[in-house]
Amino acid sequence: MYFGLSEDQKFFQENVSKFLDDQCGLDCIRTITEDSQSNLQEHIQNGLVNLGINSLLIPEEYGGLGLDMLFTAAVSQSLGGGVAPFSFTGPYVMAPIAIVYGGSEGQKEKYLKGMSQNTIRMGVGFSEYIGARDGAEIKIKNNKVSGKALFVLDAKNSTHLMLSNKEGVIGIVTSDADGVDIIDLTAVDKTRNFSEIYLNNVDIDVLGLTQENNHAITKSIDAGRISIAADSLGASQRLIDKAVEYSKERKQFGRVIGSFQAVKHMCAEMVSDLEPCYSLVWHAAHCFTYMQEESRLMSCHAKSHLSEVSKLISKKATEVHGGMGFTDLMGVHYWFKRIGVNRHILGAPELVREEAAKIQNF
Amino acid sequence: MNLNYGSEYDSFRKEVKDFCKEWKGINFKDQAKIPIAQNHESYGATLTRSEWQSILIEKGYFARSVPKEYGGFGGESDVIKNRIIASEFASEKIPPAMGGQGIDMLVPTLLELGTEEQKMQYIKPTLHGEMIWCQGYSEPNAGSDLASLQTKGELINDNWVINGQKIWTSTAQYSQMMFCLVRTEPEAQKHAGISYLLIPMETPGLEVRPLVDMTLKAGFNEVFFTDVTIPKENIVGKRGEGWAVANATLGHERGSLANPNAMMNRLNELISRMKEENIDGVRLIDIPVYRDKLITIQSKVTAFQSNSLRVLSSKLNKNQDSKLAGMIQKLVGTELRHELEGFAVDIMGEMGTLYEDSPHLRDGGSWQFLYMYYLGLIIGGGTSQIQKNIISERGLGMPREPKVQGV
Repeated sequence: MYFGLSEDQKFFQENVSKFLDDQCGLDCIRTITEDSQSNLQEHIQNGLVNLGINSLLIPEEYGGLGLDMLFTAAVSQSLGGGVAPFSFTGPYVMAPIAIVYGGSEGQKEKYLKGMSQNTIRMGVGFSEYIGARDGAEIKIKNNKVSGKALFVLDAKNSTHLMLSNKEGVIGIVTSDADGVDIIDLTAVDKTRNFSEIYLNNVDIDVLGLTQENNHAITKSIDAGRISIAADSLGASQRLIDKAVEYSKERKQFGRVIGSFQAVKHMCAEMVSDLEPCYSLVWHAAHCFTYMQEESRLMSCHAKSHLSEVSKLISKKATEVHGGMGFTDLMGVHYWFKRIGVNRHILGAPELVREEAAKIQNF
Repeated sequence: MNLNYGSEYDSFRKEVKDFCKEWKGINFKDQAKIPIAQNHESYGATLTRSEWQSILIEKGYFARSVPKEYGGFGGESDVIKNRIIASEFASEKIPPAMGGQGIDMLVPTLLELGTEEQKMQYIKPTLHGEMIWCQGYSEPNAGSDLASLQTKGELINDNWVINGQKIWTSTAQYSQMMFCLVRTEPEAQKHAGISYLLIPMETPGLEVRPLVDMTLKAGFNEVFFTDVTIPKENIVGKRGEGWAVANATLGHERGSLANPNAMMNRLNELISRMKEENIDGVRLIDIPVYRDKLITIQSKVTAFQSNSLRVLSSKLNKNQDSKLAGMIQKLVGTELRHELEGFAVDIMGEMGTLYEDSPHLRDGGSWQFLYMYYLGLIIGGGTSQIQKNIISERGLGMPREPKVQGV
C-alpha cells in the first residue's frame, strides 16, 4: 500500500517547477500578461513541451508517454504553483482524453499523433455542456457546425478547436477554417487565454462514439476538473509559502509579524484546509484511471472542494502580506486571479456539487 | 499510488467480517464507563464490557502489539490490520474495544517508559477494562499552559505526599487509578519540576466532585488532594522528568480523537435521515440549500478520509513525508465532526433540538448530544487555538510568541 506520488511523478513534477522557477519568474509572467507582442510565451510553451508535458496522457502507440491521471495532476500542481502562462488542461488533458474515449481509430491516429508531435494544439469548448450563458449554443448537423461557443480554453494559439453541443456530441474543426471567428475574452487571470467562438456552417469532424453515449465528454470533463483542482492546489501551496515567508521577514511593533498569533493562526488555518486537499486530488486522480465506479464523484469533490479552499487561501494569504499583498509589485494577485478563474472553469462549485448529488441519486 | 493492502490482508478482512457477522447486535450488561461516541443496535448476545475486551484481545482485534506477558495479543504491530478492524467494525456497528485514557495513553507510556514491575502490575487489568484510569493533568490555573501546574508532591519518609487540585478529570468517578502530573521540584525551572505519579483513587485525602457538562452528563470531575500519601515507587520516569513522560502520551491522545471511518458512517446516517425527513412533504435531501451544504460536508469528510490514508501510508513507507498531514488531524477532525453533527441538528429544525426522552426525539437525541460532545473535544486535548500554535510553530517554523516580562 502506498498513498501518494511515486518517485517518477515527483521527479517530473520537480522538473516542471524548476523550469518555471528558472525561466518564468514574476518579471516574465508580467511581460507575458501585459505585452501581447512579447514572444516570451512561445519560449515558455516550447520549454514545457520539450519536457514532454504535451503527451502525458497520449497512449504510447500514438507517440505519447502513456501516463496516468495522477501523473497529470502532479504536473498541474507545478503549473499552478508557478502560475505558468501556459494552457495545459484544455489541449493536453481534456482533448486527448476525449479522443481516447470518443474517437475512431483514424481519428486517434490523426489527432493523438499530431498532439504528441506538437503539430496539433487544441482549444477546448465544453462550457455549454455544463451550463450555457448568454445564449451560447452550437448545432452540429451533417458534419457541419454553426453557432456560438463561450469561454473556450486556449483557442488563441490553437490549430484545432474541440467543441461539444448540449448533448455531449464532440467534434473537431480547424481553427483557421472559413466561418470560424475567434474573439478574445479578457478574464482577470491573464496567464491563460479564453475565447468566444462564432461558427458559420464549418466542417466538423465528429468523434463517432460521442453520438452514441456521453462517456467521452464526462471522462474529459472529469479529467479537466481534476487537473484544474490540482492547479489550484499548487497555486494555494505557493501562496501559503509566500505568506509564511513574508511573515518571518516583515517587522511591526518591534518583532516579525509571524510571531503574532493572529498571523500564525491564519497560516495554520490555511495549512489545515489545504493539507487534506493533496490527498483528495491524488485520490480522485487515482480513481480516474483505476477505480472507474468512484471516479465521477471523486472528481466532483476534488473540483468543488478545491474551489472553496483555494478561494479562502487566496484571501488569507493576501491579507498576511498586508497592503503589499494588494499591490501589483508583490505579484500575489497572479495567484489570487488564477484561483479565481479556476473556480469557474468547468463549473462553479455550486453547480458541481449539484452534479455530485445527482451522481449519488440524491 | 497503490491502494491495495495486498492479498495477505484479504483473508484477514474476511475473518474480521465473519467475526462482525457473529457478534452483530451485541448487548452489554453494564454501562460503558468510557463515553463511546458510536451507536450500535442493541440486541443479540449479552456480556460485560470486560468480557468483550477479552474476546477482542484473544482474536488480536485489540492490543495487538502489546506483549502476551502484559495481557496483550502479542502480535506484530500492523497499522493495516488495525485499519481493517476499525473500518469493518464501524460499518457493521460493532462496538470497538473500550478506549479511554488508561488504554490509549497510560498503556503506551508504560510500555515505553515504565519499570518491569509497573508493566506487570498495571497493563493487563487496564487492557481488560478491570482497571479504569483517569488523567490528572489540568488544573484551574493550568489549562493550555499546562506546565504551570501547582499541585505539589513532597517526598516524606519514602512516600509522596500530595496536595492541590485537578480539574477536567474525565471518568475520575469510575476510576481505580490516576496518572498525575505533580510539581515535585519547586526550585527547578517550570518544565523540569514535574513528576509523573500513579495514584490509587481510594487513597485517603483524595476527593472527587463531579462536574456536569453541557450535555448534562457528568463527564468531568474536580479532584482535590489533601495530604494524599502514596509509595515512593509510584513514579514513571525519574523525578522531574514528568513533562517528557506526559508528552509521550499527549501524542497518543491527539491521534485518537477523530476517526475518519466513524465520521463517514455518521455522514451516511445523516444522508438516510435527509431522505426520511420532510418539510411540507418535500424531502430534506431535495431542498437545494440543504443539498448543497450536505455535499460540501461530504467533500470535507472525503478529503479527511483520504488524508488519513496518506498518514497511514507514511507509517508504512518510511521515505514519505506527511508531517503536516498528521499534525492537522486533531484540529480538522474535531471541527469537522462538530460541523457535521451541527448540520444534522439544523436540517431537523426544532426537532433537532429535542433531547433526553422527549416525544418526537430523533435517533435518541444523538445528533444534539454529539454536536455538544464534539465541542468538548475541540477544547479538550489541546484547544483548536493551541493546535494552530503547534501547526504554525512546529509545522511552519514560525516564531513563538515572545514571553511577557514579569509573568
